[in-house]
Amino acid sequence: MNTSNTASTAKVAESPEQTFLNISQVDMVFPTATGGFTALKEVDLQIKKGEFISLIGHSGCGKSTVLNIVAGLHIATTGGVLLKNKEVNEPGPERAVVFQNHSLLPWLTSYQNVELAVKQVFNKTMSKAEMKDWIEYNLKLVHMDHAMDKRPDEISGGMKQRVGIARALAMQPEVLLMDEPFGALDALTRAHMQDSLMEIQHELNNTVIMITHDVDEAVLLSDRIVMMTNGPEATIGEILDVNLERPRSRLALAKNVEYNRLRSEVLTFLYEKQRKVENISENKLVTKRAAKQQINS
Amino acid sequence: MSLSAVKINSSTITERLIKVAKNTLNKVTDMMLLPIVGITIFLFVWSITAQSIHTSLGEFPGPNAVVKQFSSLYDEHVIEREKAEAFYNRQEKRNAAKLAKNPDYVTKIRAYTGKETFLEQIITSLMTVTAGFIFAVIIAVPLGIWMGLSKRINSAFNPIVQIFKPVSPLAWLPLVTMVVSALYVSDDPMVSKSFITSMITVSLCSLWPMVINTSIGVSTINNDLLNVSKVLRLPTLRHIQKIVLPASIPMIFTGMRLSFGVAWMVLIAAEMLAQNPGLGKFVWDEFQNGSSSSLARIMAAVIVIGFIGFLLDRVMLQIQQKVSWDKSS
Repeated sequence: MNTSNTASTAKVAESPEQTFLNISQVDMVFPTATGGFTALKEVDLQIKKGEFISLIGHSGCGKSTVLNIVAGLHIATTGGVLLKNKEVNEPGPERAVVFQNHSLLPWLTSYQNVELAVKQVFNKTMSKAEMKDWIEYNLKLVHMDHAMDKRPDEISGGMKQRVGIARALAMQPEVLLMDEPFGALDALTRAHMQDSLMEIQHELNNTVIMITHDVDEAVLLSDRIVMMTNGPEATIGEILDVNLERPRSRLALAKNVEYNRLRSEVLTFLYEKQRKVENISENKLVTKRAAKQQINS
Repeated sequence: MSLSAVKINSSTITERLIKVAKNTLNKVTDMMLLPIVGITIFLFVWSITAQSIHTSLGEFPGPNAVVKQFSSLYDEHVIEREKAEAFYNRQEKRNAAKLAKNPDYVTKIRAYTGKETFLEQIITSLMTVTAGFIFAVIIAVPLGIWMGLSKRINSAFNPIVQIFKPVSPLAWLPLVTMVVSALYVSDDPMVSKSFITSMITVSLCSLWPMVINTSIGVSTINNDLLNVSKVLRLPTLRHIQKIVLPASIPMIFTGMRLSFGVAWMVLIAAEMLAQNPGLGKFVWDEFQNGSSSSLARIMAAVIVIGFIGFLLDRVMLQIQQKVSWDKSS
């Protein structure tokens, strides 16, 4: 069976030596004017080192909230996150985030953007020359070494996202968190970026949690696809293991039977089992507004 | 065949040339001709109306009278300079003569105490406004950042800012004068009391736009950038230095430009009452003087004040564009 529910994943938790990142029984309630809004209910997920996890679900299902809790930008109302058996209660560079809209500092060049992170993280352990090499290495990794001295407004959307990824990678994070990293890109650029990401993943074998809306992206990149039910009280609906051999090629996979089966499983989940009936945008607004208030307070 | 092609070509070239010429002509009209037309109309209306206004100091000065005063103001400056130079020469000679008589004589050098000329008054005004403005920046920008960073601090200080913002410099001045007289006591003062009084009054009035703009700039920084800082765990000072300050620079500079405008306006009033030897004092003295040329001289000062205010704003804009990463603002 490739699908399993939350009850069966609890078995993994019994062998803690395998669990690298443990999202344990997380509930998230946002305070709103009309009382609490329960965004997440009993989200429970164990992740092994080096695993690539995709979070997929409809808008407003709380995917970003899960990611923000792992990042430490939100604190779960009940339950919590353990990274290497240590509780996560604030943001930190060991859980680097690639934000949806790149969030590069517009007044710094690509190099300086990565430098800010590197200086902060390796301040005590690296010499100046080592830092320079490390920054350049990471920019090369995402194929941005040719535009190191360009500012964000001088490069394209895809390039900005590459620099954002380089910045996150340069922190040498234990977990890389990506919030719809390619959501704002056009289809061709997105495909290109996915290939790049697979290449990097092959080289570095990071532990990654990625939020996506794109079914193909999820199947192509992930080891496991975590499908979330609709909010409020969103939780993990099904988890799909992706046992396709790596390296994966999108062209070869297009005709692969297993690939297409996985794809249709996700589609079935999203568009049959969790079909949206209520007004999507209203719901999303409430969560986003509540989340904003949380961060600001 | 080829001949007609050439013909078409040449005709398109002339068409293009005409287009380019038209475009440049339009630009010249917009940039140069129209302002000149506007100014000419203004001067015309001015001189007509001036002729029909009769004051106790004679006819209201028209453009001609004002231009005459400009040159006489400059002449006075030159004459005063010559006098000063002559004074120093005499002093030097006298000292040398005394030294020759008595080698133990300790020479005394006294400063020339003639009246300030118009040009010197402009320089005094510029120095006063700059000092007052810089003093205001030193207070306003940190306060604004602090208020922008914390909603609570903002709630605490905002009422004070809102209440003091609309206060006229004339209301502050008596208070400032008394406080400066009481606190700024020294046998050998570096700068005069009137300078300090004018400067502080300028600061008190130009503080508020900067505080407000800075705090708004800081509190509206994109949440994503703040999250970047959180993920990096930047310490507070580094957070301010690396994220907050650059992100709010465009807003801070908008506030600074507003403030500098206010400062220049306030300065003239402050100098009038504090008797700081700048343009404000010039206007006041001419008014008290009440000669037949006084009004023309005041009008000349008005024009100079306007010009300098305009230039100061341009300078601030240039600095803003140099410093800010956001070239659109």
